[in-house]
Amino acid sequence: MKTLEELKVVRESMEGEVALRTNGNASSKYERHVLVCGGTGCTSSGSPKIIEKLEAELAEKGLTDKIQIVKTGCFGLCERGPIMIVYPEGSFYSRVNIDEIHRIVDEHLIGGNPVKEFLYDETVEGDTIKSLDDTSFYKKQHRVALRNCGVIDPENINEYIGRDGYKALGKVLTSMTPEEVIQTILDSGLRGRGGGGFPTGMKWKLARNIVPNADMKYVCCNADEGDPGAFMDRSVLEGDPHVVLEAMTIAGYAIGAKQGYIYVRAEYPIAVERLNIAIKQARETGMLGQNIFGTDFSFDIDLRLGAGAFVCGEETALMTSIEGNRGEPRPRPPFPAEKGLFQKPTILNNVETYANIPQIILNGADWFASMGTEKSKGTKVFALGGKIKNTGLVEVPMGTTLREVIEEIGGGIPNGKKFKAAQTGGPSGGCIPAEHFDIPIDYDNLIGIGSMMGSGGLIVMDEDNCMVDIAKFFLEFTVDESCGKCTPCRIGTKRMYEILDKITKGQGTLEDIDKLEELCYHIKANSLCGLGQTAPNPVLSTLRYFRDEYIAHVVDKKCPAGVCKDLLSFEIVKDNCIGCGMCAKQCPASAISRTDYVAPGKKLAAMEIDKTKCVKCGACIASCKFKAIIKK
Amino acid sequence: MNSAKSTVPFKGTPEQEAKLIAVIEEKKGDKGALMPILQKAQEIYGYLPIEVQTIISDKTGIPLEKIYGVVTFYAQFSLYPKGEYTISVCLGTACYVKGSGDIYNKLQEKLGIAGGECTADGKFSLDACRCIGACGLAPVLTVNEDVYGRLTVDDVDKILAKYA
Repeated sequence: MKTLEELKVVRESMEGEVALRTNGNASSKYERHVLVCGGTGCTSSGSPKIIEKLEAELAEKGLTDKIQIVKTGCFGLCERGPIMIVYPEGSFYSRVNIDEIHRIVDEHLIGGNPVKEFLYDETVEGDTIKSLDDTSFYKKQHRVALRNCGVIDPENINEYIGRDGYKALGKVLTSMTPEEVIQTILDSGLRGRGGGGFPTGMKWKLARNIVPNADMKYVCCNADEGDPGAFMDRSVLEGDPHVVLEAMTIAGYAIGAKQGYIYVRAEYPIAVERLNIAIKQARETGMLGQNIFGTDFSFDIDLRLGAGAFVCGEETALMTSIEGNRGEPRPRPPFPAEKGLFQKPTILNNVETYANIPQIILNGADWFASMGTEKSKGTKVFALGGKIKNTGLVEVPMGTTLREVIEEIGGGIPNGKKFKAAQTGGPSGGCIPAEHFDIPIDYDNLIGIGSMMGSGGLIVMDEDNCMVDIAKFFLEFTVDESCGKCTPCRIGTKRMYEILDKITKGQGTLEDIDKLEELCYHIKANSLCGLGQTAPNPVLSTLRYFRDEYIAHVVDKKCPAGVCKDLLSFEIVKDNCIGCGMCAKQCPASAISRTDYVAPGKKLAAMEIDKTKCVKCGACIASCKFKAIIKK
Repeated sequence: MNSAKSTVPFKGTPEQEAKLIAVIEEKKGDKGALMPILQKAQEIYGYLPIEVQTIISDKTGIPLEKIYGVVTFYAQFSLYPKGEYTISVCLGTACYVKGSGDIYNKLQEKLGIAGGECTADGKFSLDACRCIGACGLAPVLTVNEDVYGRLTVDDVDKILAKYA
């Protein structure tokens, strides 16, 4: 394709197809589209087999030219996977079982009647079937970065074009100067979605101007999503890889670069495969390569695979790694805008940031700036995980409250447990207690309450999670992932971990808590890169909001949540025990024996635990149907 | 992390070496080629013993100590062979708060090895891994390419039995 006209022809030929999946009344060659999620979550829970079975059924019944099967990216509601949606009805089949396919084909695809009992229960209300957009999980969402995920086939560039794909690139190359592009991004207020929240337009402006007449510049994409619990970047790469390519090309034009690199985790095999396919298709159609849209602008993109080092999510470490070295960070300044990859001016944005760019170009800076809060514009994708009913991906306008995200969209805490804290920002972030439930989520508010946006992982914890144990868990992660280059991080985090370990074993003192806090401030102030500077955050925020739990471990030698094994003791409440002996059978340490005491109203003598033999495995509690065993 | 000692002697074949040399020739000219070469080499041999690193050093002219430095920096690269079945338990936050630590301990106990080690018969090796992004299915473990989600400690025996 060399002209906007050619792009328009492809777009118009595809529009009817993909619009069937959004407004339901477009003109498609097919009567029905069956969308099956091919993201990592649903693939793990068996969606490839569902697709195979569907294909076989449709072939057998001669329906292949009436019904189209589309393998899409993530729909977001991973908890309900594998997911399948049938259009034009928009029927949402969840936790699809392979044995259900036959009936769905017969009754719905052929008969025209959705099989209600297999639909996501929240979409069925008596005789009526609600639209997905009316369910609590989707109602408050607003999809910008994820707009194509779960709508198009990510391995087909024409479906992307049918959803206005590469239109923004065409507009930029044929009607905007690089300065106008940068100004638009600046005006939109877009800030980096990878963690720090630096204004994206500012980054681009610096890289364009700081080194006049640079012979080479680079555009990099950080797809080394390493925060445990965050998977939005993976979902964009799997569900809409072309949006990243298009945005990087726009960035290349804006700063004056010819080459881009995507640094993606090797642990994301599906994302890597789809990116490879997308790059190949973009080159074949002329969206990457020489003289794009017949202009004198040329740009190409290569993939580089990460190799499992969390620190490579830090910008300078990522560039050092692409250069083929140990991924250790470099001191800044010089900043990457001046001396980045291969010592040339470089910009680095993460996947979600890029996913916003084409929409900003097409709809304008004002449109984007109309969403969100004063200083945080647009939307943010969160990965909900942990103790929450609807685990999955959600995209909401900045400024949505934690309560809306957790209680309304996420469906609250399962099993009637009590909410204790939400953890954002991964190992760099902190725990937010219930008292801040109504704070609007944006970059600055989160920092104000001792956490940070990070890449958007949101892990919910309930009363059964021990906050000291959680802090220790994150420190273990940081100790493991510290690259070892600077002393505060390499040695300091190790010392912090040791103190936390001591506390969880009941050997800590009040002085240890003070020492721990002091260490936190030193490490924050003196570490070389973001990893070390933010590593103490999980400890500081739990100390700030859950100091009483630390005190309980140190002074009372108790773990209030019942997690830290060394501080637990198991006891049988004799008046509740009917003496059935199930617990003694399950005990691997033969620590339970019968007493002489028969509780009032019971027939057999009660059991008791010999604490010197007990290994605190919890098998007895699991076996007792009468709630006679407690751990303290 | 515990690091295991490899007692398995290097058994590279001439075919593997020819493949590796072809990869090196193809990528040698690229900027920052070392990482992609190491990744391909690990695909070919399954791990990166010193013998393989030496071939890469000879053919690219990159000093062996630099290659060793890169190999030992990244968690993906292994100096030791893996078992026929590699079990990885996700210890990412979402899985951890849902009990994957207990599952990991149970596996160590059942297999009689520590994390990072391989059973004596070469059948299973066990690793803890970082978040694999399947948080919706937490807790999760993988055996080679197979993913098992929504697990409890009681599922461990059933999973191991499948590969026995």
